[in-house]
Amino acid sequence: MSSVRAPSRLGGLVLAAIFAFLYVPIAVLVLLSFNASGLPTAWTGFSLKWYGALAGNANILHAAWNTLVVGLAATAISTVLGTLLAIGLETRRRKGTAIEALAFAPMVIPDIVLAVALLTFFSSLDITLGLPTIVVSHVIFDLAFVNAVVRARLKHFDFSIVEASRDLGAGYVTTFRRILLPALAPAIIAGALLAFTLSIDEFIIAFFTAGAGRSSITLPMQIYSMIRFGITPEVNALATLVMGLSATVLMISQWLNKEQAP
Amino acid sequence: MSPPDMKSGLLVTPAVAWLVIFMLAPCLLVLSYAFLERGTWGGVEYTLTLENIARAFDPLYARVFLTSARIAALATLFAVLLAYPAAYAIARAPRRWQPVLLFFAVLPFWSNYLIRTYAWIVLLNREGLVNNLLKALGYRGEPLSMLYSEPAVILGLVYNYLPFVILAIYSALSRLNPELIEASHDLGGGALRTFWRVTLPLSLPGVAAGGVFVFVLSIGNFVTPALLGGGRFQMIGNLVYDQFLAANDWPFGAALGMVLIAIMTALLLVQARLAARAGGDTARPA
Amino acid sequence: MNAHVGKAVSRGAAALFGLVLGIGTASAADLVISNWDGYMPKDIAEKFKAATGLEIEVVNHATNEEIMGKLMASGGKGYDVVFVSSPFAEVLNNQKLLAPLDKAAIPNLANLYPQAAALAYDPGNSFSVPYSWGTTGLCYRSDLISPAPTSWWDLLKPSDAVKGKTTMLATDRWLMAAGLLANGYSVNATDPAQIKTATDTLIAAKKTLLAYDDTTFYSKLVSGEAVLVHAWDGWCNYGITENAAIKFVVPKEGSDVFVDTIVVLKSSEHKDAAMKFLNYILDAKNHAWVAENILYKVPNKPAMESLDKALFEKYPNLAMTPDELLKNELLRDLGPAQKLYSRAVSEIKAAN
Repeated sequence: MSSVRAPSRLGGLVLAAIFAFLYVPIAVLVLLSFNASGLPTAWTGFSLKWYGALAGNANILHAAWNTLVVGLAATAISTVLGTLLAIGLETRRRKGTAIEALAFAPMVIPDIVLAVALLTFFSSLDITLGLPTIVVSHVIFDLAFVNAVVRARLKHFDFSIVEASRDLGAGYVTTFRRILLPALAPAIIAGALLAFTLSIDEFIIAFFTAGAGRSSITLPMQIYSMIRFGITPEVNALATLVMGLSATVLMISQWLNKEQAP
Repeated sequence: MSPPDMKSGLLVTPAVAWLVIFMLAPCLLVLSYAFLERGTWGGVEYTLTLENIARAFDPLYARVFLTSARIAALATLFAVLLAYPAAYAIARAPRRWQPVLLFFAVLPFWSNYLIRTYAWIVLLNREGLVNNLLKALGYRGEPLSMLYSEPAVILGLVYNYLPFVILAIYSALSRLNPELIEASHDLGGGALRTFWRVTLPLSLPGVAAGGVFVFVLSIGNFVTPALLGGGRFQMIGNLVYDQFLAANDWPFGAALGMVLIAIMTALLLVQARLAARAGGDTARPA
Repeated sequence: MNAHVGKAVSRGAAALFGLVLGIGTASAADLVISNWDGYMPKDIAEKFKAATGLEIEVVNHATNEEIMGKLMASGGKGYDVVFVSSPFAEVLNNQKLLAPLDKAAIPNLANLYPQAAALAYDPGNSFSVPYSWGTTGLCYRSDLISPAPTSWWDLLKPSDAVKGKTTMLATDRWLMAAGLLANGYSVNATDPAQIKTATDTLIAAKKTLLAYDDTTFYSKLVSGEAVLVHAWDGWCNYGITENAAIKFVVPKEGSDVFVDTIVVLKSSEHKDAAMKFLNYILDAKNHAWVAENILYKVPNKPAMESLDKALFEKYPNLAMTPDELLKNELLRDLGPAQKLYSRAVSEIKAAN
């Protein structure tokens, strides 16, 4: 079979070039975060001082905490809503495009449009902006992605088990908890991790729906402001930490998917 | 196997309600703003007007739409041109290596978008790493101005969305029925011919999916032109942003946003139509 | 895969929901203050707490327009004290969003120069306290550009050697001011024909720019990315600190006077604390700190008189007297013409 033969030399070269393109900019940031001078002009020695500066920056720590809170809250809500939506859509007798379109829209609607729509919406209802409004807004696209991930798994799910369970007299809730939930767990977890990653990285919607003050600044907002006010080496250190965290979350999610794959 | 009754209506209700209240209603509200007059410092005055919609089609702003479309199209083109060989190489690598290669191709996608964009400022600015490297290599001319330009914006977009395109094309390639390729070989098709006549056409749905993704996310992008365009290159996203946070002209921002959504809806419909036509017997069911 | 995982998932979800209920706890600070980044001492919160026992929380806005948009959308909710330039303070006051100042609680108002207490947008300081003032002009690398710039046209129609190495401020008032002044008009012009001429000038100038930049122009000068930038006098001083070859000049066509003011929101529930903050800033020593470290002129007589003369030599624009400064034209609220300005700037930014 031709598609599983050893990689050609050309293929190897192509991959090396693409990986260089993808990783050199990231590697530069990581290296600079350990550069004593912090500037890309010269290597002046290994130093952890930019990490020290981060640890002493109350604004960044606060923003990191807010990001975590928003990420967890939005993930929790969207995982529940998105999973129920996926099961509901997959088991519906009547197929309608309206709900399908509604569930798909958050994935493609431009962030900036959703952001300004939410700002107008909240301000016209006189709702005070803050972390809760960011959470509410993040759930919109998070739940769409959870829905997509869970539905992909439901496509291969054998619903006869559910029927058997029902035939044996199990109620909806029991069937849901004992049969459906365990079977879907890997997809639900993968969807939740995806939602979490999207949420902690999201900038523009959070920017528009955040309220006054440090109490609702998230890390991406903080990073954007740091970049706008000049290239400071602290950003490199922060970038390295954030990328490390994201990579870890992704690896866990991959590992789970591998472990649980049917 | 028809799925059993799961009280589906009940299950979808919370999510649907959430989307209707927090997505549909706000979007309709903004849509209605597009037909009102602006307040001087944001907000609206309740006088009906078509001026904002008309203004969105003024040649000046229509050109921003065209510029955005051009930038998005070029980003899509380059992303696909780079992603295809990479995805192809991954798909032809030994099976046990494929997940690892794919993982590392996609990994950057999950790091922060702002940070990935910022990395290019560090590399490209006139006193940045690339210019310093050139100087170290003996280049003695004026430092190159690479940042704050249209190519820089396109580069930023390609860089940010490339992983996703690789993923999309790979998943199409990996679903290809190897027997088709073998059959082509058996019928005397050379490697190039087989690729051109069999592999490429069958992987087009993946190319389309990845391409539409890059295009849609690029045309509405705000961060990349703001950071890599130096404010000189505006795309629709920046125009919308400015109407809300700089010009404080909400109705015009709303009108621009609506035109953007209309363009994207049209695009997605076309893509769905194409996907439906291309689907069917060519790809092996996953 | 078994039921245990399902149980764990539902337990995890329950725990997360608990967390959701816990969020939304408001900031514990007594005062929420929004200011431009780096426009106050970094340790202002500690110092103010030591002096008054009050907690403050400082947040940043990038531009006047950004904070205006947010204040208008929220009716000022969430903020107690805001730093904005004078024409915007004037607008906020016209919109009835500002609290009148309690002068009895701000005895340090007496430190202001008489000219600073009689500024046309708020004579007698009824709703705003001037924090710093200055003018806008050209900030340049004297070692990399010759002859030295003297006119707005040196920025708007740069020589070939300077092309692609200039930046301009991008917010409505200052961008338009450059185009208006170059053509001999007022910085507060409301005549649509004059605004149109200025807009055309600025669109033509756009092609010669490196970038629009309101926040990092001085570091672009220091790095050499730019050699001539449109700058506020005080921020040009940041560049001078790092490279003595950087100089500031007010173009011969004249320029604006901006006053960055501190205002208190009517919706604030901490007005007493806010007045204490204003009084704290106006203290001669604290205000002198601003001039020494932020390098903007402050309208505080004893503060300016206490400064080391060496500072004036290093940063000549700090030595400008109130009368010299006020020869330039004070930026005022434009009223309905503001719409023309924001529209003109949208057009300039959209032009290719």
